[in-house]
Amino acid sequence: MTMEPVLEIRNLNVEYGLGDKAVRAVRDVNLTLHRGEVLGLAGESGSGKSTLAYGLTRLLAPPGVITGGEVIYHPEKSDPYDVLGLSDKALRAFRWAETAIVFQGAMNSLNPVHKISTQLTDVLKAHEPKMSDHTRNARAREMLKLVGISPDRMDAYPHQLSGGMRQRVMIGMALILQPQVVIMDEPTTALDVVMQRQILGQLIELRERLGFSVIFITHDLSLLVEFSNRIAIMYGGRIVEEAPAATIYRDALHPYSKGLLSSFPALRGPRRELAGIPGSPPDLAGMPSGCSFHPRCPRAFEPCSQHIPVLGRPDAQNGAARSVACWLHPTEQPVG
Amino acid sequence: MKYFLQRIAFYLFTAWAAITLNFFIPRLVPGDPVQSLIAKFRGQLSTEAINSLYVLFGLDDDKGLWTQYIDYWKQLFHGDLGLSFTFFPSPVSQIIGDALPWTVMLVGITTVISFILGTSLGVLAGWRRGSWTDGLLPVTTFFSSVPYFWLGIIAIYLLTGPDSFFPSSGGFDSALVPAFDQYFIPSAVQHSLLPALTILISSVSGWILSMRNMMVTVASEDYITVAHAKGLSERRVAVSYAARNALLPNISGFALSLGFIVGGTLLVEIVFSYPGLGFILLQALGAKDYPLMQGIFLVITISVLVANLLADLAYLLLDPRTRKEG
Repeated sequence: MTMEPVLEIRNLNVEYGLGDKAVRAVRDVNLTLHRGEVLGLAGESGSGKSTLAYGLTRLLAPPGVITGGEVIYHPEKSDPYDVLGLSDKALRAFRWAETAIVFQGAMNSLNPVHKISTQLTDVLKAHEPKMSDHTRNARAREMLKLVGISPDRMDAYPHQLSGGMRQRVMIGMALILQPQVVIMDEPTTALDVVMQRQILGQLIELRERLGFSVIFITHDLSLLVEFSNRIAIMYGGRIVEEAPAATIYRDALHPYSKGLLSSFPALRGPRRELAGIPGSPPDLAGMPSGCSFHPRCPRAFEPCSQHIPVLGRPDAQNGAARSVACWLHPTEQPVG
Repeated sequence: MKYFLQRIAFYLFTAWAAITLNFFIPRLVPGDPVQSLIAKFRGQLSTEAINSLYVLFGLDDDKGLWTQYIDYWKQLFHGDLGLSFTFFPSPVSQIIGDALPWTVMLVGITTVISFILGTSLGVLAGWRRGSWTDGLLPVTTFFSSVPYFWLGIIAIYLLTGPDSFFPSSGGFDSALVPAFDQYFIPSAVQHSLLPALTILISSVSGWILSMRNMMVTVASEDYITVAHAKGLSERRVAVSYAARNALLPNISGFALSLGFIVGGTLLVEIVFSYPGLGFILLQALGAKDYPLMQGIFLVITISVLVANLLADLAYLLLDPRTRKEG
């Protein structure tokens, strides 16, 4: 795998509402997605992971506003550009063709009154208006086949498909324009465990074949450990730790990451004792001072409530490929 | 298909029940038409004349209620609704036939315009919240809270007069003979403008309100976000994704309102002395004209049922989820 970036998020800030009452849902996030990798994004509900995904594609519903930062997209053959600076027209062309999204609501992501075929082909109509109807249909059938749905379901309506099939249609739809980046926002939350694994397995296989990059958002860290290359952990709108999946799993540095990891049974490896994280996620409208995790942190000490720790390379072994924002692990140099 | 046949059977039963009620209700109203005729001619009728009137109207008590009911059905199947008392000796079917086109043209066209206008404005108001369209609702709701007959009276008071373009009453210039020619049609249109406007102003806000609210609800659905994420044009998302889904409740409302075209605007026709069905019904009620009342109620009943059937059909057509397989 090359370490060439495809999507760079720089100092992204997203707020809900305006003025003094605005809630900062994403704070100074720096994150780089490399070509061909699966980047996992984990955190409790309200940690800002979905907002981050909506923000970088500019899909935030009002009153969500991007208040700062850059999202640099690197096309395969031309110069990089800032997605946040695109005109409406350029943004429409960028969406789906470069960055497609699979949303969490598998049940509600398809328009109930149109056939599957209509919803697959209208993407092609919007992005490649010169394509003939015949080619469009052939392409749609090909995508259904790719995700394991019989092409004769083209004329089915969404309510005639099961939840798993609908989500597979969504994945097929996401890949129809061969985007460089696919954002998966809890794609399997609404499905049962068997279906989850089946769909994710299929997705990873498709990624190897088609070579797109994935941002995989979930609260289920166990899935990420298995399916992603790198994992970023979010808490209170900030990224608190980022490292290769195996490193996080074996040796998480941030107490919050450790808490998350010990709150579910591992898919593989020896049995461990399960423990939850005490307390509840912070109120984004009234964040604690300093490190936002310190009220719940078992290892909080003096600087934690005073100063916000900066995300950077930790002063620890194999610290080169990872970063963490914690006073327990003072950073050598900030990243980003 | 089975679902459809079930619906048809249900509507046939409802029609039977309605027609039976239609037969009995006028007979339960106290008083009789001959008495009101006597009152009308102020004692100028002799006893023999009164008796012959009873016989003529078929109100001599020789026949029981059951026989009358059977006869009523026989006549219905022949398309014979009896003779009107008020417009004696015109048959009821002819009177209704003359009045119906006026009502259907005036109220029908107005209802369609009101629905299309209101729904389109509702789509706009729901999709572009926070723009000038937010002002639409309070204004139109204010007008719809004014009773439409009162709106009509105000319109007559303010807009009509000897020199005004708008006539204050009637369906056409009384100097003209009804015909489809270049004199009559403009006159009929001119006469219909004020009543149509009155109905339009008072009914459009309902469509705006319900469509706007549905648009707002639908706009937060996941598939709308997906449609945006797919890079579809704003127009396509608004029309094909949002409005197409938001339209469903309004369509059934529209089909139901079609049923009330015939009987729903009695007061507008009275205020404007418009020669439609509502105006005739008022006269029939005043004269206890059973056959005419029954005839008009029958037409209203059937149109409501047909409208309901249309609503069912429209739903089948527009919402794939209501179609049952097999």
